[in-house]
Amino acid sequence: MFTLSINSKEIIIEAGPNAHERLQEAMILMKDGDTLIIDSGNYIFEDSLSLDVDNVTIKGKGMNETILDFKDQKTGAQGLLVTSDRVTLEGFSIMDAKGDALKVIGSKGINMINLKTEWTGGPKSSNGAYGFYPVESEDVLIDGCIAIGASDAGIYVGQSRNIIVRNSIAQYNVAGIEIENSYYADVYNNLASHNTAGILVFDLPDLPQQGGHHIRVFDNKAIDNDTDNFAPEGNIVGEVPRGTGIIIMANSDVEIFNNLISGNGTVNLSIVSYGDDTDDKNYYPHPKRIQVHNNNYGPSGFDPDLETGDLAKALYEISDGNMPDIFWDGVLPLSQIILGQPKDEQLIIDEEISTSFLTISPIRYMLGFSEPIKTSKQEFNGTISPLNSVVIESF
Amino acid sequence: MKKILITFLLSFFYNHLSAVNDQMILAENFPDKLSDFEFFLDNSAQIPHDKVIQYELISSLFSDYSKKQRWVYVPSYVKANYEQNWVFNFPTGSALIKTFYYPVDERYPTLGKQLLETRLLLRKSHGWEAVSYAWNEEQTEAYKKIAGKTISTSWTDFMGDEKEVRYRVPNVNQCKECHSAEDKITPIGPKARNINKKLVYDDGEFNQLEYWMDRQIIDNYPLDLISPVDWTNENLNINDRVRSYLDVNCGHCHSPTGNANSTGLYLQLDETRDIHLGIFKKPVATGRGSGGFKYSIVPGKPDESILLYRMTSMDPGVMMPESGRSLSHIEAVEMVREWIYGL
Repeated sequence: MFTLSINSKEIIIEAGPNAHERLQEAMILMKDGDTLIIDSGNYIFEDSLSLDVDNVTIKGKGMNETILDFKDQKTGAQGLLVTSDRVTLEGFSIMDAKGDALKVIGSKGINMINLKTEWTGGPKSSNGAYGFYPVESEDVLIDGCIAIGASDAGIYVGQSRNIIVRNSIAQYNVAGIEIENSYYADVYNNLASHNTAGILVFDLPDLPQQGGHHIRVFDNKAIDNDTDNFAPEGNIVGEVPRGTGIIIMANSDVEIFNNLISGNGTVNLSIVSYGDDTDDKNYYPHPKRIQVHNNNYGPSGFDPDLETGDLAKALYEISDGNMPDIFWDGVLPLSQIILGQPKDEQLIIDEEISTSFLTISPIRYMLGFSEPIKTSKQEFNGTISPLNSVVIESF
Repeated sequence: MKKILITFLLSFFYNHLSAVNDQMILAENFPDKLSDFEFFLDNSAQIPHDKVIQYELISSLFSDYSKKQRWVYVPSYVKANYEQNWVFNFPTGSALIKTFYYPVDERYPTLGKQLLETRLLLRKSHGWEAVSYAWNEEQTEAYKKIAGKTISTSWTDFMGDEKEVRYRVPNVNQCKECHSAEDKITPIGPKARNINKKLVYDDGEFNQLEYWMDRQIIDNYPLDLISPVDWTNENLNINDRVRSYLDVNCGHCHSPTGNANSTGLYLQLDETRDIHLGIFKKPVATGRGSGGFKYSIVPGKPDESILLYRMTSMDPGVMMPESGRSLSHIEAVEMVREWIYGL
């Protein structure tokens, strides 16, 4: 489809004086088809970097060899900003950026391979918000990457479509991996551990792209997410309790399967509605067509975070301290609370008998009736309709 | 007297014998030196060629208190076409020229100025291109800077205080962060509504639009323009002043077609929806930029409003705009504080 130009060339940048200017200049002057090699070394930058050339590759010598270090950063809201199409980034680290580490806006075709973003001072609210941050992009691949210490999400894909996040590690972030307001994402074979929450699939109102759908989360390990929430207040992830394995909020068509979800002190898997008021008429705040099957659940609920947000506290009270593996808040539009949820929108759970479950009957709960909760999964049995795998346009 | 006469004669001959170098404007590669374009008869003194016409905007973008001088150049026998709600459609070969400088001492203009950079927007056949030239220490020439440049310097402000600044000449990509619409480079300033004001020229005081018509730069302009106001004019309505300031300082990115459209915060002049203007709007993907606050604007509570927090901050991970500012714009912060307080 895209043929390699015969004039394409390889440019090599080595460490040394004026490295920022040399690298930034090369990233501006490089042409369609070119490859830029950043040699091994520790590059200390005071200003951010940006790339706006289509169809290029930027390669380091490996995430432990080529280090782009922004601890002395004085300008720029991120370490590296990419705004062009068909870009491959491979084999380097972005450390201690003052804002986001790697931001990609409006790219059609972005490969992030074997990269690392890290804040080295441990989990702190003064760390940048996002490690990997593609937004409004299409055909997004994040493969073999590591994200550590982000004060919002280590790997965050927002308002994008056709997304694969795989073989990656997210640790000591508030959210490990977050897919937000996005369409068609496969999140698999990742490790999300020691975050506040492991994997999040969210949808929020008042944004250009909303109504997130068709997200598959499978073959991941969402384990031991035990870091206190250190997100600055005001951010939606600031309300997520420590010790959450996977959380689905207000998306439709989500399939969660074959994951190991364990060691999460509040709850292993949580399925909830968007809880705040909004006047956005185009926004649907409830999850629908969520399918959960064949996951492996380890210990959870042993150390619920009653300090952060309302979710853990409500769950703790309503369950009398018997925190379930799977929680659905049961919140639906009023008409559905009265008349019932359409059959084809219902939550389907196909798990071992030993997997514990809890949902709330909001109307019984609010009116103070007896038995406001249900713990039987039986009525959520159903036939799983597997979602298609995501296909990314290769280039 | 004799010197003045010689200068006059020289400029007379220059104006009639020399011309702006049109080939350079259209060339595939930018020349290394600003003087190669021949926009100025005297480069250091910034005395323009007769066809290079100075202009001003009603409200202008804050750039670390630097002063700006702007010029427009349109080749002979062609004109820019009026576009409603948009920048004039300039013909191929046009140039917009903007020099950034600090006065040595704001109290004493005669002490001169320190030229920092001259930014160019050049209208090539396929569209606009942006480039900046940074002035040398001797102030005799400005050189092309593809990757930008840091100028650490200082000036004395109108209070007599010495101000230090780490001034950044933007790189080409950073130019595009603001100067882009639908992924193409575009000018921002010369919309009819933004230049609808009087200016003193060598030959008298005129409305700039009239003058541009007279000088054959533009083909037309409407008489019923709704223009932004000069935000520095304290006699005007504060809402108009703030909206004009936010429009020119934030609205290029924070608009439904701008670079920051994913945030849902829209600050361009024609936005009317409260939530998108930030009123009780929750942050999205803001991280520590929220400063621990819940909404972009909380009416009556400027110190709980993220918008003001980010305008005030000098931390690169928090501050807005993201580039082009390393100092806090104290006067604007005060105005926006008062505005939010009164909402």
